[in-house]
Amino acid sequence: MIPAPFDYVRAASVEDAIRLLSEAGEDAKILAGGHSLLPMMKLRLAAPAVLVDVAQIPDLHGVAEDEGEITIGAATTHAAVAASEVVRRGAPLLAHAAGLVGDPQIRHRGTIGGSLAHADPAADLPVAVLALGGAVTTVGRQGARRIPIDDFFAGYFETALRPGEVLTAVHVPCRPHAAWGYQKFARRANDWAIVGVAANAGRIALAHMASTPVRASAAEQALAEGAGIDAAAASADAGTDPGDDLHADAEYRRVLARVLTKRALLGAR
Amino acid sequence: MMRVDITVNGRARADDVEARLLLVHYLRDVCGLRATNVGCDTTSCGSCTVLLDGASVKSCTVLAAQASGHEVTTLEGLNRSDGLHPVQEAFRQEHGLQCGFCTPGMVMAAVGLLADNPDPSEDEVREGLEGNFCRCTGYHNIVRAVRAAASGGRA
Repeated sequence: MIPAPFDYVRAASVEDAIRLLSEAGEDAKILAGGHSLLPMMKLRLAAPAVLVDVAQIPDLHGVAEDEGEITIGAATTHAAVAASEVVRRGAPLLAHAAGLVGDPQIRHRGTIGGSLAHADPAADLPVAVLALGGAVTTVGRQGARRIPIDDFFAGYFETALRPGEVLTAVHVPCRPHAAWGYQKFARRANDWAIVGVAANAGRIALAHMASTPVRASAAEQALAEGAGIDAAAASADAGTDPGDDLHADAEYRRVLARVLTKRALLGAR
Repeated sequence: MMRVDITVNGRARADDVEARLLLVHYLRDVCGLRATNVGCDTTSCGSCTVLLDGASVKSCTVLAAQASGHEVTTLEGLNRSDGLHPVQEAFRQEHGLQCGFCTPGMVMAAVGLLADNPDPSEDEVREGLEGNFCRCTGYHNIVRAVRAAASGGRA
């Protein structure tokens, strides 16, 4: 399968990317690792007229720690996040989740910023960053914004990113001693989660239980009020809105959410 | 059309290509290197695996344009003047193939795996080849081959 024709431009800097996006107008799309966008273009689910490649902007790569916060350049690959000593020490949940995305080849290309901007509700990194209580930085013609991850996911494959904005960095708290757990249930190698659960220091985020990654708020509240793991996990699916697909129906997903939340919390102690 | 500058198997090239040209089609149709197969064409099966700056990637999901300025290694690039690459030799010795369609991608994924982890356990080999499907062998001899190449210490 070959994508519909488009123009490819490579941005040298974030400012360059913003200018190129502005010139190209609303038919432009940002390309990072391309491991969500290119398959969609091959299937004609997307047909942008211009691709602005941001993957080789030096400022968008790397991991830094400052004043209790880890900042990861948006074009840092899943493999690099998983291997980063800073992430492994200060946000081990994120390193673990990054190491479970797809397969090794996909992790060599896919990027953390791309995964968050794509906002697939079944994906690994959106729930991991949500459970960590992170944030993203975006830059556009009107300047930079810092958006808490709780306000970032707006709908099915929709985010708070505005047209022409570039997601430049992902921030997570550096908490080496936080208790964390991660559960991903899939039937085949390199599938998306049928349901996934990320738990970190009392926050619980669910994958594939709604149109966006969602917090298991009732279970979090139960834990905060001193409930045991069994009791808290029993309310993990409260307030969620899972769908049916060929892998599982909604009721099965609700059961999985409760079981996997229990396992994630047991693993997190 | 746009120009791409890609070093393929150690040789610098410059080609005019369409922006939408996939790396696997660039390698097969522009460079004439036909070892790399197109299998599923959906980033699943791994038949099209090549090394991009030394890291294994699925070339059906990379644009030739994205590879411009970088180095690509295909199965043809593993050949040595003194014979097969140790991973190729191990696939032959352990009979790590049946129909052979997945083999170029499997070998390239294995070379990439061994570059990161020179002596992987059986579980690490199985997880490291998670992105490559073989519909014939049941994987046992493939895993043996990668372990043999690793313990040979020459990969």
